[in-house]
Amino acid sequence: MISKSDVEHVALLGRLELADEEKDEYTRQLNDILGYFQALEKIDTDQVRPTAHVLPLNNVFREDRVGEHLPKEDVLANCPDRDGDYFKVPRIV
Amino acid sequence: MQLFRLTAHELHDLLVKKEISAVELNEAIFKRTDAVEDKVRAFITPTRQEALARARLVDAKIAAGEPVHPLAGIPVAVKDNMCTKGVRTTAASKILYNFIPPYSATVVTRLEEAGAALVGKTNLDEFAMGSSTENSGFFPTRNPWDLDRVPGGSSGGSAAAVAAGECVIALGSDTGGSIRQPASFCGVVGIKPTYGAVSRYGLIAFASSLDQIGSFGRDVTDCALLLSAISGHDPLDSTSAHFGRQDYTKTLKDGVRGMKIGVPREYMAEGIDQGVREAVEGAMRQYESLGAVVEYTSLPHTEYALPTYYLIAPAEASSNLARYDGVRYGYRAPEVEDVVDMFMKTRSQGFGPEVKRRIMLGTFVLSAGYYDAYYLKALKVRTLIKEDFDRALEKYDVLLSPTSPTVAFRFGEKTGDPIQMYFSDLCTMSVNLAGVPGMSLPCGFVDGMPVGLQIVGRHFDEATMLRAACAFEQSTDYHKQFPGL
Repeated sequence: MISKSDVEHVALLGRLELADEEKDEYTRQLNDILGYFQALEKIDTDQVRPTAHVLPLNNVFREDRVGEHLPKEDVLANCPDRDGDYFKVPRIV
Repeated sequence: MQLFRLTAHELHDLLVKKEISAVELNEAIFKRTDAVEDKVRAFITPTRQEALARARLVDAKIAAGEPVHPLAGIPVAVKDNMCTKGVRTTAASKILYNFIPPYSATVVTRLEEAGAALVGKTNLDEFAMGSSTENSGFFPTRNPWDLDRVPGGSSGGSAAAVAAGECVIALGSDTGGSIRQPASFCGVVGIKPTYGAVSRYGLIAFASSLDQIGSFGRDVTDCALLLSAISGHDPLDSTSAHFGRQDYTKTLKDGVRGMKIGVPREYMAEGIDQGVREAVEGAMRQYESLGAVVEYTSLPHTEYALPTYYLIAPAEASSNLARYDGVRYGYRAPEVEDVVDMFMKTRSQGFGPEVKRRIMLGTFVLSAGYYDAYYLKALKVRTLIKEDFDRALEKYDVLLSPTSPTVAFRFGEKTGDPIQMYFSDLCTMSVNLAGVPGMSLPCGFVDGMPVGLQIVGRHFDEATMLRAACAFEQSTDYHKQFPGL
């Protein structure tokens, strides 16, 4: 059972601001969805390894060599507010 | 013959024989689009100038006698969750309403190299989360077969555009069925390749272990051509498999004599619409008449697919969508007190309700105290689901099932209850969990609406899956049907 304060905690983690009706709605819907997932508890998975990824790929790296990368102006082009070469944001502390 | 009704392979013949020009072809597609787009609304951003520029280059090459790729000059649409350099890319979300990518997705670059003409970016459920395109942050797309019904989702725009003749081929993405289900709802062919077969570089990520880009076309050959053009290893995608470009058209016409086809009982049970089941049973008989051996089989963990998928996908999504914070690109909320307030307001104002729901769900199942019971459990059940497919595909060459439990539903029919919408992907989502390739092609009609047949193949054995699809398609005429728009 998820409580409304669980929902508030999760919303904070996900950096989402919810209106009061949204909190009630999500509490209800998340409880329905998670209730439906109880079905998984029936299955014995003690001896089963988790599959995070279906391909047998590991540690796919490239050579540690400086190459050609996105020009600075392209990177900054979409930003809502800038100061020279910096992305500008409201105060942090 | 109206050019917008022809397939890419038919059009290629006309182009190289100089019976039509690429510019003419694209202009015909634009004319068709102008006639139907205000009803269908498949596109978020048309890119006609870019398409014509490419068409002119292709015409010049053909005039000079140079060889051109089978897709050269062919009008292609791209789902708006794939980055196109210099062209607005939104993922159908207000949070990216003004985002202009500084780079293109690898699949887009490969299409450009082939000379295909990008005609526009198509509509989708926001961040690819949905099964009807009703979750688009901008507007819904309508099914060309019945404008009161959804085109499916999340690649609804791409499927509808191909069905309506607003492009010849299109790219979509599929995380739990988002190519196959809209293909089935719109009566076109749609392929989700093996996980890792097509680069995800430049695809706006939803669930990284499930997402795959794939192709839409009006027939299997077109889909195979498009898939061939975009597949193969990409050093820019660390999850892309190590093999070169494939030619998926090579063995298309080899037939199905002796092919062993399994039909999982769980996919033909209650919960599947009667008319849909009958259409698939008809396809089973058709395959037998073509010389295949068709038997029922079982994928015992099928009933756990939906909860497993809806634990893993939102968890991965909650992580992937953490980057949308208003700092470097996209929407930034005005009038905020500090940076955390900016994050909260930007995301709350920029994301739609389904996206927020999935971020909430995903964050919850990954959070301390719940990770083991939910997320880790789901990863273990994923192993069991994958093993079901591995076992079945040792015995059978391909598996057959309906693509979706129903034909296209009406707008608003499933938006009241999120779980109802999720059921639409019942037959498709296990395929993503297992990473095997799957596709949908038309196999009949119920109340005038197309029914999709799903074919599932072994890992990296798209060739057999496509061969099975082609044999069925060529022995019927469903692929020649066109909506009466």
